[in-house]
Amino acid sequence: MRYVVIGNSAAGIGAIEGIRQADPDGRITVISSEPYHTYSRPLISYFLMGKTDGERMRYRPEGFYESNGCETMLGVKAVSVDPGRKTVTLEGGASVEYDKLFVGAGSVPFVPPIEGLETVTNRFTFMTYDDALALKAAITPASRVLIVGAGLIGLKCAEGVAGSVAGITVVDLAPGALSSILDAEGSAIVREHLESRGIEFRLSDSVAKVSGGVATLVSGAEIEFDILVLAVGVRPDTALIRDAGGKCGRGILVDSFMRSSLPDIYAAGDCTESLDVSSGTVKVMALLPNAYRQGEVAGINMAGGSAELTDAIPMNAIGFFGLRVATAGTYEGEAYTDRKNGYKKLFYKDDTLKGFIIIGGIEKCGIYTSLVRERVPLSRINFPLIRENPGLIAFSRSYRDAKLGGAAI
Amino acid sequence: MKRVYVNEQWCLACHLCEYYCAFANQDETDMSTALKGVPIRPNIRVEQLGDVCFAVNCRHCDEPLCVKGCLTGALSVRDGVISIDRDKCVGCCTCVVSCPYGAVTPTEDGVVQKCELCVNTRDGEPLCVKGCPNAAIVWESVVR
Repeated sequence: MRYVVIGNSAAGIGAIEGIRQADPDGRITVISSEPYHTYSRPLISYFLMGKTDGERMRYRPEGFYESNGCETMLGVKAVSVDPGRKTVTLEGGASVEYDKLFVGAGSVPFVPPIEGLETVTNRFTFMTYDDALALKAAITPASRVLIVGAGLIGLKCAEGVAGSVAGITVVDLAPGALSSILDAEGSAIVREHLESRGIEFRLSDSVAKVSGGVATLVSGAEIEFDILVLAVGVRPDTALIRDAGGKCGRGILVDSFMRSSLPDIYAAGDCTESLDVSSGTVKVMALLPNAYRQGEVAGINMAGGSAELTDAIPMNAIGFFGLRVATAGTYEGEAYTDRKNGYKKLFYKDDTLKGFIIIGGIEKCGIYTSLVRERVPLSRINFPLIRENPGLIAFSRSYRDAKLGGAAI
Repeated sequence: MKRVYVNEQWCLACHLCEYYCAFANQDETDMSTALKGVPIRPNIRVEQLGDVCFAVNCRHCDEPLCVKGCLTGALSVRDGVISIDRDKCVGCCTCVVSCPYGAVTPTEDGVVQKCELCVNTRDGEPLCVKGCPNAAIVWESVVR
């Protein structure tokens, strides 16, 4: 059996580890446009802060490819797939044959059409190790950094460079920080915390045009900058599958077995869209834990095993200068709010916990995540107790006997 | 492999497991010297409400969501034990949000902490089990 894995990040590594659970011998070829050993992309901001380095950013140990019997083609871009002939064509024209193909192409930064963008020399996106290296090389202690986008990427970038530059301004069309994962109150807590560290915000505003080192906002305000970071968002890289005739929405469509609509082609991670069981809707959940689990399921199925992913939900753990933020699920239904230990908001509807936002005291919040993921009926647990403090004591004795005591369920 | 199981009916809520855990993870060889006046951060915690009490530590799951979700590769399964590479962990806490038992804990040191079944300690096997006076925590290889 010949497996080809396109992508060398969480989804691709999950696929390799999945394949090896079911097939120790088949030939695996890993193709990635990046010339690096697998590394953790979310760590690029920690890299800028000096909390990790190139060595420790490795997502798997040095001998990973050898111990998993993988041949690597790193720094090589896959440009097209022919599902009829079962080949992948590489940049330069060479092609690779496959029996089973995995696509974990990730996403590409969305670059907004801003007038005058070509006049800015120090212009960056912030997604890859190369992006981080380039940004690190460009900043100086005198740099004034303008970040467009107050989402996860933009704000982690702000934290990453904060100790190394003269000033940071973040502009976003949205009225709040992290508005895709926080409500207004949570957003304000995060913004105020970042402001206390000297980061300036220009919210409900956007960059109308840039010229050299000056950005003019829609409001008319002008901001001088030396470094421009575009972090307005990413979009799934669906080109390989779309061009081959595979079904795509915003992302590549996959089922719970991680099969694309094309025969013998599987996909996972940020390039796909799939079912969020907390909301019951199909969406792009571009998050590393989902990418790994999806990739692993794909790999197991590619190798003739049997696996299915039926409990994917959006989930975030993120921190800024020591302030911890945890979110999961979808924010529907009634809300329970608790401000005793930071900020906690639980959303529940139809006898299930739909999602939560916690800022500050995130200890044991994975118990809430499990309620969302497993759609545990709240009537079967002590909800008034657990909503105050996450704990297994709110569950039934038989649940605990099974989970802690090893009893048969 | 051997696992730590909790016999809820025997738990006395004495919290000794928490102290033994904290002791197991220290260099000091005398328990009272090691723990006197020191705030402890055990990897096993007793939950208690009224007459109900029991200890909770990492279950070393067969399908470990903490390991699968780990952003850095710092969490891995070594011989059935979910282990943490403190050098790689950046304290992102994705594992804390993932663990259904609340068994991975954020710390102020910038890395998370969790039970590693004492594999890297002096004793080499779970000290919470040794210290439990009432067999409310046991270490057994049997599949129950």
